[in-house]
Amino acid sequence: MIAEFGYGIALVSFLVAVYSIFAAVYGATKKSASMVESARRAMLLTFPLISLAAGALIYLLVTNQFNVAFVYEVTSRSMPTYLKVTAWWGGQAGSLLFWSWLLAAFTSAVTLRKWDRDIEFLPWVIVVCSVTLVFFLGMVIFYENPFTRFWLVNGSVEPHMFAPLNATIFTPDDGNGLNPLLRHPGMVIHPPMLYLGFVSYVIPYAFAMAALITGRTDDRWIRLTRRWSLWAWLFLSFGLVLGGRWAYDVLGWGGYWGWDPVEIAAFMPWLTGTAFLHSVMIQEKRGMLKHWNMILVILTYALVIFGTFLTRSGVLSSVHAFANSPIGPLFMGFVSTTLVASIALVIYRWPTLRSETEMKSMLSREALFLLNNLLFMSILVVCFWGVIFPLISELFTGQKVTVGPPFYERATAPLFSALLFLSAVAPLSAWGHSTIQTLGRAIWKSAAAAAVVTITLFFTYTNKIGALIGFFLIALILFVTFQEFWRGTRARQQAQGENFLTALSRLMGRNRRRYGGYIIHISMALMAIGILGIELFQTSTQGALAKDETLTISGYTLQYKELASWEDRGEGVNYTRAVVDIFKDGEYIGELNPRIDYYFDSQQNMTIPGNRSTLKDDLYVLLVDWQPVSAVGATFKVYVNPLVNWLWIGSLVFLVGIVFAAWPDRDPAEEPARRSVTQRANQTSAADD
Amino acid sequence: MKKFLYTLIFIFLLSILFTGVAFAQEPLPSDDEVNAVASQLYCPVCESTPLDVCPTEACRQWRDLIRQQLADGMTEDQIKQYFVDNYGARVLAEPPKQGYFWLAYLLPPVLILAGAIMLFRSFKVWTKPQAASTGLDEEKSDPSKDEYVARFEEEIKKRN
Amino acid sequence: MTETTDPKRGVSLWVQVVIWVFVVALLLLVAVTLKKRQQGTVQPGDTIPDFTLPLFSGYEYQGQSEVKLSDFRGKVVVLNFWASWCKPCEQEAAELQEAWEFYESNGDVVFVGADYVDTEPEARAYLKKFGITFFNGPDMGTKISQTFRIQGVPETYFIDQEGTLYYIKIGPFISVDEIKSIIDQQLQ
Repeated sequence: MIAEFGYGIALVSFLVAVYSIFAAVYGATKKSASMVESARRAMLLTFPLISLAAGALIYLLVTNQFNVAFVYEVTSRSMPTYLKVTAWWGGQAGSLLFWSWLLAAFTSAVTLRKWDRDIEFLPWVIVVCSVTLVFFLGMVIFYENPFTRFWLVNGSVEPHMFAPLNATIFTPDDGNGLNPLLRHPGMVIHPPMLYLGFVSYVIPYAFAMAALITGRTDDRWIRLTRRWSLWAWLFLSFGLVLGGRWAYDVLGWGGYWGWDPVEIAAFMPWLTGTAFLHSVMIQEKRGMLKHWNMILVILTYALVIFGTFLTRSGVLSSVHAFANSPIGPLFMGFVSTTLVASIALVIYRWPTLRSETEMKSMLSREALFLLNNLLFMSILVVCFWGVIFPLISELFTGQKVTVGPPFYERATAPLFSALLFLSAVAPLSAWGHSTIQTLGRAIWKSAAAAAVVTITLFFTYTNKIGALIGFFLIALILFVTFQEFWRGTRARQQAQGENFLTALSRLMGRNRRRYGGYIIHISMALMAIGILGIELFQTSTQGALAKDETLTISGYTLQYKELASWEDRGEGVNYTRAVVDIFKDGEYIGELNPRIDYYFDSQQNMTIPGNRSTLKDDLYVLLVDWQPVSAVGATFKVYVNPLVNWLWIGSLVFLVGIVFAAWPDRDPAEEPARRSVTQRANQTSAADD
Repeated sequence: MKKFLYTLIFIFLLSILFTGVAFAQEPLPSDDEVNAVASQLYCPVCESTPLDVCPTEACRQWRDLIRQQLADGMTEDQIKQYFVDNYGARVLAEPPKQGYFWLAYLLPPVLILAGAIMLFRSFKVWTKPQAASTGLDEEKSDPSKDEYVARFEEEIKKRN
Repeated sequence: MTETTDPKRGVSLWVQVVIWVFVVALLLLVAVTLKKRQQGTVQPGDTIPDFTLPLFSGYEYQGQSEVKLSDFRGKVVVLNFWASWCKPCEQEAAELQEAWEFYESNGDVVFVGADYVDTEPEARAYLKKFGITFFNGPDMGTKISQTFRIQGVPETYFIDQEGTLYYIKIGPFISVDEIKSIIDQQLQ
């Protein structure tokens, strides 16, 4: 009953969304305000409708209705309730409904704003959002229906939405259970964060399309979507970081990022999104790069859809990928249509998107931002090619190849270093004009300080040249950025007579985007410390130990004490947990408990590391194997991951920075469209990285 | 193919001959030595996971084979070649640098270079018409020294 | 990234051509790959292209160290993909061997084992453990399994006397009779 209800509601919301497309197109072309309003209301109706459908699905999940195929696939009786709820996005069908739900929520939020001055955008924003929504709901309704139930037809069990002739409903005793990899708290929020990021990029794209269709291609669409793209970027970045943390905690290979095609598929829109955040400022400040910003928004959206397509259709195979799925052809059609339509529109409107000012100096801030864009695009090219090349190779030579970490690391390391360098220099350059002299004068103190740090590190920590370059750049960013805070605050103190803290907080409060951006630069530098540490200084060893035997690595000594194995029938897990004493330079510093969890329902092992984390390094211990009978011997794999903690610290700082930059203070639409020159100069804006 | 088979047979015979004899004297290669090779290989059974950390049975067997081959004195390159011959180029972490696969390595630099050239040509065109500036020249400020003071004074005037 | 040209002008024709060629090529590439992924294994009725299987020593065919599919023209070929690490394969190993022994003397049926992503010592131990005597060899470079687009192991492909596939078994056989009935339907 509930299943039919859910499906029925999903179908109704599908039809409502279809209606809103036609009403909006009709209203826009016939200049009928009432039709547009009708389309808007229809659009607003989809959110409560999909929420109802989602509610039905959650009800089915929580109440163990295993006659529903989706419930059977992703839950089991032993799972706690909160996991049954999060199982909503643990499988293909449910996650598509989740996507639709988020999209409906975002579109509703955007259609609820005041439109008065931008009313001509409204119908086309509705069209673009509704088309996307119709597509995702269409997949739910026609291909990946989470409400399908099992029916017993002539002795065999078949999944159908509606009862076939002479069929009775079939209810399995228990479900398959959620993939254990997805039961980790990090994984519970990692996918929704990524989806949030993906979905929220639909909004800037919709506005860009509306601008192209209506021909109103001034800065308006950029100003309207500025905050959206910041939040989208926040969710996407946070989703990626959470994914890394999850991999580190659960996947048990000692790292956080494996250059897996599916990871890269989520990383690529982040690259274009980040480039967009930077280049959009050039358009706001200087009226340049209108073409380029349009291309970046379209590219971001296309990569979101394309990435989702690649991972969900079974084109790419990977640990993350969904199994072979029937949605492939439909998805392919959607990807092609949006790509072709967007490109055609840009080409059609190309002449109207012209620049207002010229570039005056190769060292001006806008020039450096362009370089930054070039670097992000270069990383994108490497990533895209790495994902696509195996397909080409397989198609033309029949040879499957792997494009793995060495390829990406070699190609992107210099690009990332150049980005670090740029984020140290760019904040010091001025809009419009800079010369070597002005830049040199601004940077030399920071550069000298960074050089001192690097020399100190050379004598105390490492003599690896790559690492030293990296540390120099990181130190340079930190010094430059702190100097910027310092100088701004001092200037305010002198001019206003405020005390230091008041001056600092007012300075930052009045230039949220600028100083939020600086905080993000600092966080990137901190994260780079962690990445350098694990990439260049990771050491590992593996050994089979009998009881009380030891293993030594980088100053740490591990002593194997004992191992216990027990079953938790209620949870459906068999735990095998080792106790390892840790000594550093001969001194006892604690014990670690690497585990292997075996899940009965899915017959899968999870390797949970024992990790001792400090600012200097992580000691990361994996239980690889053990002798089952006597439990006297066990094999451990041990990693020492220097500095990796800075990656997570940096992520938190990053979160602070972006929330600071994106926090709504006033409606951007209220801002005067034209500013005086002085105001423009005052608004020297943040460089986000 | 023939030659390879002989090698296989040879290795196999060797391993039979030396089991128990050679190993009694020389210890088997350590896990670390095995992992040093395994970390560069990918087994087709668990895609995108390096061999040294892949938990499946097939991968465990592969690691045992590597251990065996190391004990037989094969070099890292020989072992990798053995795996490529047996299981295809996809066992390597990246495409082998030969023939058609060079495309994988050459295309990104070419594209990036093209992008850089395009950008710098655009720079040139943009920077040339100095005369045609549009009243934004006041913005031309020295960013290092007095900019902030000026800026904040300006702002204060405005706000008060 | 080029905003160099006269702002009034549109995108020049050759740039448009380049863009569309690139987009179409990309979409085609993905579409073809998608189709390949979705079509699953080769289907009954398909003619199987010739392939070469090197054989483990001790499992040679008429003294040859490798066999071609075309060597078996006129015989029913039972091509079994297996691996020593594959648990379900063990369920059918004895049945396959029994069926082979049943047909071996007649000479109109051959059984061929293709060992998928396996290591030779383990493979040999497996063959020995189940007393398997029919021709067996490693699927070098996973070329044969790619030809058949196998989805996993065990999978067994029945090829008729003319080299056309006529039956596919995914997963292990339940009984010797199951194997026999599939072969017999082609023999009469």
